[in-house]
Amino acid sequence: MEKKKYQSMVEKHTPKENTLFNCLISFFIGGFMGFLGQLLVDLYSYYLNIPTKEASTFMIITLVFIGCLFTALGFFDKWVNFAKCGLIIPITGFAHAMMSAALEYRKEGLVTGLGANMFKLAGSVIIFGVVSAYVFGLLRILIIGG
Amino acid sequence: MTFNFNNVFLNETSTITGPYEAKGPLSKYFDKSYHDLYFGEKTWELAEIKLMTESIDLLLSKIGLLKNDIDIHISGDLLNQIVSTNYTASKIGIPLIGIFAACSTSTLSMLLASLLIDSNQVKNAVVSTSSHNSSAEKQFRQPVEYGGPKPKSATFTTTGGVSAYLSNKEDKIKITSATLGTVVDYDIKDAFNMGAVMAPAAANTIYEHLCNTKTKVDDYDLILTGDLGRYGKDILKEFMKTEYGIEIKNLSDSACMIFDLDKQEVYAGGSGPACLPLVAYGYIRELMQKGKYKKVLLVATGALMSQTIVNEKQSIPAISHAVCWEANL
Repeated sequence: MEKKKYQSMVEKHTPKENTLFNCLISFFIGGFMGFLGQLLVDLYSYYLNIPTKEASTFMIITLVFIGCLFTALGFFDKWVNFAKCGLIIPITGFAHAMMSAALEYRKEGLVTGLGANMFKLAGSVIIFGVVSAYVFGLLRILIIGG
Repeated sequence: MTFNFNNVFLNETSTITGPYEAKGPLSKYFDKSYHDLYFGEKTWELAEIKLMTESIDLLLSKIGLLKNDIDIHISGDLLNQIVSTNYTASKIGIPLIGIFAACSTSTLSMLLASLLIDSNQVKNAVVSTSSHNSSAEKQFRQPVEYGGPKPKSATFTTTGGVSAYLSNKEDKIKITSATLGTVVDYDIKDAFNMGAVMAPAAANTIYEHLCNTKTKVDDYDLILTGDLGRYGKDILKEFMKTEYGIEIKNLSDSACMIFDLDKQEVYAGGSGPACLPLVAYGYIRELMQKGKYKKVLLVATGALMSQTIVNEKQSIPAISHAVCWEANL
């Protein structure tokens, strides 16, 4: 059998992913995460009497901590699997990727294991985050002058 | 390439599993199941080594032999440099042939052992293999605790240590023939669709076996494939029909039997070298001993995949080896 013919046979038998349903779940959970973040910012700035910019940093630290803690407690992978990009795109996804890799490689030593592998998944987020920030920053300067 | 054997018997088997398999429909056919994936060890790799070691210890105690009585040990697993096999063998201390055939290890090891026994080079052999869900996840996919979604065609690696004792001493199950497969590559690059990668290999080996032994599909009570999963099984059926004009009605796939696909979250089914033997050594063997099945063809399939070369956008080759069991009641 020709490879092309086989590939079309495979395609016929490969199940379709429920894209619309997945998008809706991600949209609503992602939206809820945004709401939660904003709520935290408001609460921090109100009760701690700090500017919004500082409260945002507090909010990020809180969400990263929760993402890491829930990953370490062992049930966050099931949440992420269900919510998909609703939990992966927010900062919780970054925390989850970092923490799961750290947990996995801790037993291979602090330096050779944890240190070397902690950013195995999250590393690309940082690299391409920096690169895209640079590109968009440059575009902004070129288009609206800063 | 098909070999015929006159004097090889399957005398005893042992199966040890993890928690997911114990919750599956075949749980009562396993010798022992653990409810924790670490098995009292510190790492996933050590847990897998323990699984395999314990299955061999259990096998030896079942047949009442000491390790010095065993002529040869043929074994393989999924981990890099087949570490589970090597570390187990260093504890067991039987002369070893370590093989890598991915998830088709069980049938290849039976084939090799049968060749050696039938040619009177050895009088008995222990064949073993293992897979561990978490050590496989770590090596081939993502960290175990990472919950990124997977497509429906992905499979769930079974956790199990399995061993079998083969010898020239007559018993209820006779190994009559075996077919050594060739590597096929149909240009599938999706590591989350192993059923599609391996189905042509299974088809190729089944067809070779039927031709070389001059048998038909209906001569077998059951053709049991390894770990194609629910979609790979359909692909195999269609492939056999369009390519060779053979319709297989008596086909079962271990991946669909070891777990309850509707209740357990295992995507397309089980996978791993332990998948087929967990089903065959316990469940199928018992049915054969009771006389329900007389002739069964075991067709384990292996995706010869390395994470590095898949990342380099290369396609995944696959292989399949078949072994025929006949009831000798």
